[in-house]
Amino acid sequence: MFANTDLQHLLFGRLSLEDIPYHEPILQVTFAGVAVAGIAVLAAITYFRFWGPLWRDWLTSVDHKKIGIMYVVLALVMLLRGFADALLMRSQQAIAFGANEGYLPPHHYDQIFTAHGVIMIFFVAMPFVTGLMNYVVPLQIGARDVAFPFLNNFSFWMTVSGAVTIMISLFVGEFARTGWLAYPPLSGADMSPGVGVDYYIWGLQIAGIGTTLSGINLIATIVKMRAPGMSMMKLPIFTWTSLCTNVLIVAAFPILAAVLALLTLDRYVGTHFFTNDLGGNPMMYFNLIWIWGHPEVYILILPAFGVFSEVTSAFCGKRLFGYTSMVYATVVITILSYLVWLHHFFTMGSGASVNSFFGITTMIISIPTGAKIFNWLFTMYRGRIRFDVPMLWTVSFMVTFVIGGMTGVLLAVPPADFVLHNSLFLIAHFHNVIIGGVLFGMFAGVNYWFPKAFGFRLDEFWGKVSFWFWTIGFYVAFMPLYVLGLMGVTRRAQHFDDPSLQPWFVVAAIGAGLIAIGIGAMIVQFAVSIKNREALRDVTGDPWEGRTLEWSTSSPPPDYNFAFTPVVHNLDAWWEMKARGFQRPVQGYKPIHMPKNTATGVILGVVSIAFSFAMIWYIWWLAALTFVAALAIAIGHTFNYDRDFYIPAETVRRTEQQRTEALAAVRA
Amino acid sequence: MERRFVAMTADRSMRARAGAGSARRILQGLVLLPLFSLLAGCNFVVMQPSGDIAVQQRNLILASTGLMLLIIVPVIALTLLFAWRYRASNTAARHDPDWDHSTGLEVVIWTAPLLIIIALGALTWISTHTLDPFRPLSRIEPGKPIAADVKPLEVQVVALDWKWLFFYPEYNVATVNELAAPVNRPIQFKLTASSVMNAFYIPALAGMIYAMPGMQTQLHAVINKAGEYGGLASQYSGSGFSRMTFKFHGLDGDGFDQWIAKVKQQGSELSRDAYLELERPSEQVPVTYYSSFADGLFGKIVGMCAVPGKMCMNEMMTIDAKGGAGKESRENADRLQYDNRHTQRGDEAPGATTPASHRAPKSESPDADKTHEGSGQGKPAPDQTNN
Repeated sequence: MFANTDLQHLLFGRLSLEDIPYHEPILQVTFAGVAVAGIAVLAAITYFRFWGPLWRDWLTSVDHKKIGIMYVVLALVMLLRGFADALLMRSQQAIAFGANEGYLPPHHYDQIFTAHGVIMIFFVAMPFVTGLMNYVVPLQIGARDVAFPFLNNFSFWMTVSGAVTIMISLFVGEFARTGWLAYPPLSGADMSPGVGVDYYIWGLQIAGIGTTLSGINLIATIVKMRAPGMSMMKLPIFTWTSLCTNVLIVAAFPILAAVLALLTLDRYVGTHFFTNDLGGNPMMYFNLIWIWGHPEVYILILPAFGVFSEVTSAFCGKRLFGYTSMVYATVVITILSYLVWLHHFFTMGSGASVNSFFGITTMIISIPTGAKIFNWLFTMYRGRIRFDVPMLWTVSFMVTFVIGGMTGVLLAVPPADFVLHNSLFLIAHFHNVIIGGVLFGMFAGVNYWFPKAFGFRLDEFWGKVSFWFWTIGFYVAFMPLYVLGLMGVTRRAQHFDDPSLQPWFVVAAIGAGLIAIGIGAMIVQFAVSIKNREALRDVTGDPWEGRTLEWSTSSPPPDYNFAFTPVVHNLDAWWEMKARGFQRPVQGYKPIHMPKNTATGVILGVVSIAFSFAMIWYIWWLAALTFVAALAIAIGHTFNYDRDFYIPAETVRRTEQQRTEALAAVRA
Repeated sequence: MERRFVAMTADRSMRARAGAGSARRILQGLVLLPLFSLLAGCNFVVMQPSGDIAVQQRNLILASTGLMLLIIVPVIALTLLFAWRYRASNTAARHDPDWDHSTGLEVVIWTAPLLIIIALGALTWISTHTLDPFRPLSRIEPGKPIAADVKPLEVQVVALDWKWLFFYPEYNVATVNELAAPVNRPIQFKLTASSVMNAFYIPALAGMIYAMPGMQTQLHAVINKAGEYGGLASQYSGSGFSRMTFKFHGLDGDGFDQWIAKVKQQGSELSRDAYLELERPSEQVPVTYYSSFADGLFGKIVGMCAVPGKMCMNEMMTIDAKGGAGKESRENADRLQYDNRHTQRGDEAPGATTPASHRAPKSESPDADKTHEGSGQGKPAPDQTNN
């Protein structure tokens, strides 16, 4: 293209036309699909004249509710990508036996399993969890927003930037071929030349900034912004688990940032932290990444536990059994989650005493977790259980999760781990707890809080279809992997010699197909619900006979959440208010102080994408430019003093008047 | 008299129940039959291993699972029972909306898992120490301690990209992708890797252990039954990883000596140069025998100084132990660079992505870069360049 290659290098770094894999049919089809869908979305936005509202009310919004919803949308979109990777892997492993190579050579297959892990953890599970916390926590504690509304918007856009960076790798260059934790020395500059690992590093680094900041934000919110009377032991249990999760985030994510920074230095400036060269030590990376990685598991599961607690007590029409022990169990899990990381590499050859220490600490975590399970169980006991979709997910979780917990404790016994580590048994275990725990929890949460967010329920029929396909699909897909693990089959293999294994992989692939139907049903559920929203409308704001404060306001809540800050006297604050015959105040409104929307978060997000792209491809001028630009924009934003406004009392009065009328119409 | 009658009726009703039970069992058997026939064709090697260490690990899996089922089964049963019994439509069930605490129950739900974990923790502490892979064996089988005069068979293992190299220092032979050991003789593996981390795993023999560049790990095991077993790499190590498998032969009586003789007779010499050629990344390398190998080669591989001119780990450690070198150590820097040899020699690095990997685009035949087909068992080493 350029006669002068120096000039090309200066302008484009190591990026050239050859790096765009336009000759690969799988990617051509994918690109065509993405392009058609993208154009369709853009056209729809234009047709419905949605650009203005999209920009004003969503992208630049600092409202925790909007941001929470956008996080969940991001998670669902990325779920489709991550699941597409899963389908590719399951179908490859179902056919690649003996002489049959399958259709994915190692070169491609290895990127897919890396991308699957990275996307599912960082860009599906994390945004799901953060999104739910963002939406629900301020409402549950009677606050009008999070402590730092702009920071919240900025955190979201950093997460999006990370996701976009990872997605770019699909069409420009390639992704890492290292596995989702990019262990060195394999991920070092010499062993993994090329852009794959750099996409990994920058995608995670940028998203990690967002996650850390959002953790700080939510801790500040929960600690400082609770409604009067809401002492820590009157905190709704989901907020408690959110608090613990965010403490974990703030303590763990800097470790990830540090370890990725060290790997970046190794790859970019030739340091030797994790190389074989010059006394580097790859084992250090294993330790550091898992000191982040194990708490990360609890970062994901604790909010899911919180959702199950809320759902169980709401749908059993009963106070949560053992609230105090639930809180202590959560706190104990939070602390212990830092003392177990070495169980991810017992097989590295630490001494027997070290291995047993970490094995036993791991088992100890199962005690508070077990206590939680019992608490849900005894919440159901003498309840009146309504099996709406959120409760179905909860019961399915309780059965599924204890199986995953059992195999997890089994893997915590070092000599047992020696024969099961890195095997498909391990894969089955962590999918058992992450799907059966985290994802089921998130789905329960989405079905539970959707009416709050949008003012109408999700369609029950399609919700149940989705639930059954997911649950059955999960068992069909992952029970064979337990079996294969006991047959000594290792993970990440692109091809197998032993044809007797094939039936199990075929069954697992069928399971993945069932889950695909489950995901499809979920999409249909959203579509049908939006179409039938008038029939599914909930005017009361309290469709499930809720117990916590978020159900006391309208659905969707007004921008200011609560016209009057509620005063809390009881753990189940809203339940108690209803029991005492609470009357909504209908006068005496005051102007409400609110944060103003800003475009700075979006702009910083776009600049960050450009920065990471420039770093990945060695386009130094662009990297320098975008880095300086990001700093300048961030500092410039701090001089913006026009960042708040008051909702006039009259507007509040009118909004509340409408609700009063709507409620009266329902009662009449 | 009366009491006897009561006893008799009780006995009869029990027998009747047993009859119903056996009928149910037959029915269950019929239902499960196809399942078992499916399972029969499979090799649950982790559950049916052939080496004493793996057997003990299997027993540990069963014991721990049994312990945990003590609590898991009731929990699942209670979940389903409560979900059914307290369903909203069952108005007969008691509803107690404000019941949220019971000290007695709290004590039980914290104590029951605690007791199980205490038992499991004790089991863990003991078994982790007795089954520590670095610990020499104390027995060959239950009740069969190792005789004082038995010396373990030492096997030095190198995980290469992407094949396994085994040295038998006692016999001065080496093999690629084939391992053998005599039945009931303890084996001491010493393991390392040439470039990236890997894990060495023979499910029938013993649990896995990492093989890491510049370091040496150990594994002690014994095979109790003659036979051919699968071995594999169980830590992802780059594109040739899936095919980094080998056969492990447990050989009876004279079998092992004959096998050594065969290796001696059919093998060529593994000189340092031959090793450097072998070490280059290659996939699906056939079984290869070496009748002898260069002196101290394994030590050099562990020290990452098989490449002439490189500094061995122990030399570096000696320098460091003396407080490190001064400015003059600048000259050592080149001697301490190991990882760049792939790129310098024009090999594809284990984790290379395009454009650094020279692989054909994904759309083209995946067979394009396959050079080694079929098993060359028993043949001398073919030319093992990977181009």
